[in-house]
Formats: sequence, C-alpha cells, structure tokens
Amino acid sequence: MASNASADDNTLFVVQPEKITPGRRRMGRALVWSTFLLMLAAALVQALHVEGVIGYGFDNWRPLLYAYCLWACAIAFSRVLIFGESGKRSLFVLPAVMFIVAIVFFPLLFGLYVSFTDWNLSSLEGRKFNGLDNLRQMAGDPYYWNALTNMVYYVLAIIVEYSIAFGLALLLNSEIRARKFFRVAFLLPLMMSPIAVSWMIGKSMLEIRFGPIARFARWLGWESPTFFSSPEIAKFTIMVLDAWTYIPLMMLMLLAGLQAMPKEVLEAAKVDGAGPWKSFWEIVFPIMLPVSVTAVLIRIIFKLKLADIIIAVTAGGPGGATDSITSFIFREYRDRSNVGYGTLLAFVYLIIIILFMTALIRFVSRWLDRPA
Amino acid sequence: MPLERKYARGRHLRQARSLSARIAIYGALFLWTFVCIFPIYWTATTSFKIAPDVMRGHLIPWLDYAPNWKGWRSLGLSPDTILEFSNPRAQFLSRFSNSLICSLSASFLAVVLGSMAAYGLSRFNYRFGFMKNQDISFFFLSQLILPPVVLALPLLVLYKELAMLDTLAGVIFLYTLMVLPIVIWIMRDQFNSVPIELEEAALVDGLSIWGAFFQIVVPVVIPGLVASFILSMVLCWNEYFFASILTSTHATTLPAMVATQTGSQGVGWWTMAALTGASILPLLLVGIFLERFIVKGMAAGAVK
Repeated sequence: MASNASADDNTLFVVQPEKITPGRRRMGRALVWSTFLLMLAAALVQALHVEGVIGYGFDNWRPLLYAYCLWACAIAFSRVLIFGESGKRSLFVLPAVMFIVAIVFFPLLFGLYVSFTDWNLSSLEGRKFNGLDNLRQMAGDPYYWNALTNMVYYVLAIIVEYSIAFGLALLLNSEIRARKFFRVAFLLPLMMSPIAVSWMIGKSMLEIRFGPIARFARWLGWESPTFFSSPEIAKFTIMVLDAWTYIPLMMLMLLAGLQAMPKEVLEAAKVDGAGPWKSFWEIVFPIMLPVSVTAVLIRIIFKLKLADIIIAVTAGGPGGATDSITSFIFREYRDRSNVGYGTLLAFVYLIIIILFMTALIRFVSRWLDRPA
Repeated sequence: MPLERKYARGRHLRQARSLSARIAIYGALFLWTFVCIFPIYWTATTSFKIAPDVMRGHLIPWLDYAPNWKGWRSLGLSPDTILEFSNPRAQFLSRFSNSLICSLSASFLAVVLGSMAAYGLSRFNYRFGFMKNQDISFFFLSQLILPPVVLALPLLVLYKELAMLDTLAGVIFLYTLMVLPIVIWIMRDQFNSVPIELEEAALVDGLSIWGAFFQIVVPVVIPGLVASFILSMVLCWNEYFFASILTSTHATTLPAMVATQTGSQGVGWWTMAALTGASILPLLLVGIFLERFIVKGMAAGAVK
C-alpha cells in the first residue's frame, strides 16, 4: 500500500493506526461468503419454484434483489473489517461499481442469451434456443444494413455541425455586447427534449399546409414543400432537427476551450501582422484541437443513440430511409414483438460501436500525440 | 502632409472594415438567435390559437389574431378551468410529477454515487484484481458508449420478474445509470483541481478519510456538484426511449405522454402546443436562470 502511495505523488497517504486481528479478518470474509450463499440460495429456491419442482417460493424475483443489496453491503463492510482504515478508501468506488454491475452486467448476460433464441412475444410457445439463425437472418435483412448506412451518414453530419458550432463559439467569444443574452439564447435548444422538438419543428413547423417553414419554402418558389416524402430530403431534415438540438452542446465545449486559451498568443499573432483567417488556421485551430476532439467524440456518442426524433417524426419512413439502428430495433420490438432477433441486432450494434469507438480513440490519441 | 493623409485614409479604411465586421458579427448572432428562439416562440403562440388562425398562418398575437385560451383549456390549465376539476389536468400533473421525481432523484443518486467514485479515483490507487485506477475509470466512462437499445429489452424482462416494471424506482435506477458516467467525468476533473494539501492537513488534524471528504472537500466542489446535478436533470427530464419501453400507465413520464399525444390523429395544434410548451417550460427556466452552471459543467468535461 505504502509503495503504491509513494509511486504517485498525487495520491493521499493513509496512516493505519489500528491493529487488525485475524479474527476480525475471518469475520469479514465469513460475512461476504454467507451473504453470497444467501443470494445463491434465494436464486435457487426461486428458480426451482418457477420451474415447478418445489411448491413454495416467492411471488417474484424481488427477494433476489434484496439479497444482492445485502451482499453488496456485506462486501463494503468487510473491506473495513479486513483492511481497517485503508479499506475505507475502496468504499468510495464500491457503491458505483456494485450499482453498475447490478443494472448493466446482469441485463447484458441475459440479453446475450435472449439474442440467440427465437423469442417472439406474440407467439404462444416460449423462447427456444435457435443457434445462429438470428445471425443468418440479420445477414439477409436489407433494412438493418440500410439503418447502419444511415448511421454512417448521421455521424458524418457531425462535421457540418462541428463547423457551425465552432463558428458560433467564435462569435460568442468575440467582443460583443449582451454576450450573456446570446449565450442563453444559443443554449436553449439543448434544453428541449427531442420529443418536444419533433412536434415543435418536425410536425408543426414543417407541416405542408400550415407550417411556417413550409409557407416560407412555398414563398421562395418550392411548389410542394414536403420534407419527409423523398428519402434524401427526409434524411436531411432529420439531420437538421438533431443538429438544432445538439449544436449547443459542442458550441459550449468549444467556447470553454476558446475562453481558456491564453490571450497573449492571439495578440502576438496580431502584432506579427497575421490576418484573422491566417491566425485562425495557424493558431486558434491547432490550440483548440484537443477540445475539438473531446467535443466531437462526445457528440458521436450522443449521435449513436439517435432515436427519439426519428421514432416521433417519421417512424423510420419513407421506406426505412431515415431509420437509425435504435429506431429500427424499437419498431422490431414494438410492432413485430420480435424480441430475440431485435436483441441480437442490438448486440451486433454494440460490438460495432465498441470496435468503432476504440479504433477512433486510438487513432485520435495517436494523431494528437504526433509531434507537430 | 501626404503621409498624414495616407494614415488618415488607412484609419478610415480600418474603421469601415471593422464596422462591416461588426455588422456581420451581429447579423450572424441575431440570425442564429432567431433560429434558436423561433420554434419556442412558435409553440408558445400556437398554444393560444384556434383553428382559423392556424390555417391562415397568423404569427403575431393581438396584431393579427386574438389569443384564445382554447389549447390551455383542453389541458385544464386556462384561467377559467384552473379551479374546476379536470381530468386531462390531473393526468398531465401526474406525468409532470413523475418526470420531476424521476429526474430529481436520479440526478441526486448519480451525483452521490458519482462524486464518491470520482473522488476515490482522483485520490487513491486502487487495485481490484487486474483492475487499476485507469481501468476502473474506463469501466465507468465506457457506460457512456453503451447504447440504450442494448439494455432495453433485457431490462424490460428483468424488471418484469422483479415486479419493477412501470414503477418510478425502476425508471430512477435506469436514469441514474444513464447519467452516472457524465457525473463521474465532470467530478473527477473537479476533484483533480482541488489541492491535495487540503485533505492532508485535515488528516493530520485527526479527521478520517470520510470526514475529510465531507467536511473539507465537498464544500469546495459544490459548484461542480450543482453543475453536474443540473446537467443530469436536463438529460433525465428529456429521456424518452426507456420511458416509452419501461412504463405503461403508472410511471409514465412527460416525454412519453407528449409522444403518444402527438402521435395520435385529431388532436388540435393548440392542445399539442400547450402540452409541448408545458413540458419544456421547466427546462427553459432552468436554461435561462441556471445557464452558468450548465456551461460550467460542460467546460469542466471538455477543457483539461
């Protein structure tokens, strides 16, 4: 422990005044194991009860949850019993870890099992293991691959969003009056839920007959301004709606980066006679690169979850042209009750995301570390 | 003389150029303000319209149409119905309070769990099996990448078995999970900027680690805690995907209600506008009055 603390200067060194007896240690371990066994026993009794092997049991699996909480508490308590004062350090992280394990780990395991079954909620017989059938079905499902390509387009749209956000951040960072007013006004779209946005803009302002934007488009000379009938325009409209909501997110991060930038650098450039264009590309942009990368990565993460607007405005139409993966699987669940297949699609998507994000982060960090 | 005139001309040119730059900057600012504000204005004004106003595309209340309480009356929120019993209002208020309870308690839970974890990660060296600090951090932050759709169905089934489907507790736990990585991300940065000597002094004075944490460190990072709380609240209030899957009647939140209403045919625009307006109003107020905390929270994550 001590060697750990001295290895890194930025850590707190914890003194350990008390002596821990072997009995206390044994008690700590016994506590963990007994509660763990209790949890197992509860699970076993309930499983046998559900299967109909034994006649008694609980109404539902809730007791297992309580047993898990008890086990988690026992682990936390035993850390203090076994390691004393320095065991208290782990209590900072343990609750969050146990919480995530409970709500992510178990569902993921269960989901992995479901994704290899032919479970359909509307069919009368229950779930049955069907091996690789779902994967085969996925390979031949044009709508899934179509949704994946759509995701590529949606993610590429971030480049445009990023340039707009950067422009706005530069505007807000320049010498202007009423900066606070503009900052609040620019922030407001982020406060709105995608569902509200999809009615406010998608369903009413873009409505063909009465929507103000449609009227404006007609006034400009577009005969029948339909924003959701042709696949390209529909996709573009969804991109715009999503961009409208999330541009403030990137803008605020970039603005924070601009404000943290040392003023002397810019002034030095001005003295050297660099114009605004040149000083932006040669000074501001390179300095802002790390912040930009963070902002864009965060934005990509949010974009990969894109669904609400699509579900509410187009439901994937026309002909799946606006589908994101999430909205596609959502309809697979809701309309077709095709639970096993939908879950497999979700897991494949998860794997794609993990591979993509890891590669992206690797690439970006290598690129940033490169000597300029 | 000619030299002086040349300078004077240069100054004029510079002034003219800076004036046009000013005009361009303010033009762009006002244009984008219009883009941001108009949909809100549109929703607010539409909630006071009746059918002919909608069809004729009237935009400015009092000037080209007479405001009407029809939309708000259908929610039971207009001045003449506010005192009477109204079924839609009761439903709306129950959704509203569900949203409020969910977002507040999930954010609170996430801030408590997340700030503790962030503090631990910023101050101690852990080793759980093969997991070191960096791995634990990655474990937390990787939850951000996890798409909701992966968890949706397994959680639906598990919640059903645990009798937690359509309960507020189930939604709260899920939302906590959703915002926990963001809280940890912001708070780790906040704790890193607190000088470690503070706690060392406290430890020397005889406080325990936990005492030092609660009495010395937490008061210092309260602005960061508030920032991450508000950011979490915004995200939870607006969440729709899980709400639509995990709730049906009892624990429905506001976005789920708005989505079902807007999805159905035959609901007047005035009603929809009133409902949407009422659902975004709380966060608009948050955005206007607590803007600096939101900005601070994002800045904490982005700028190292």
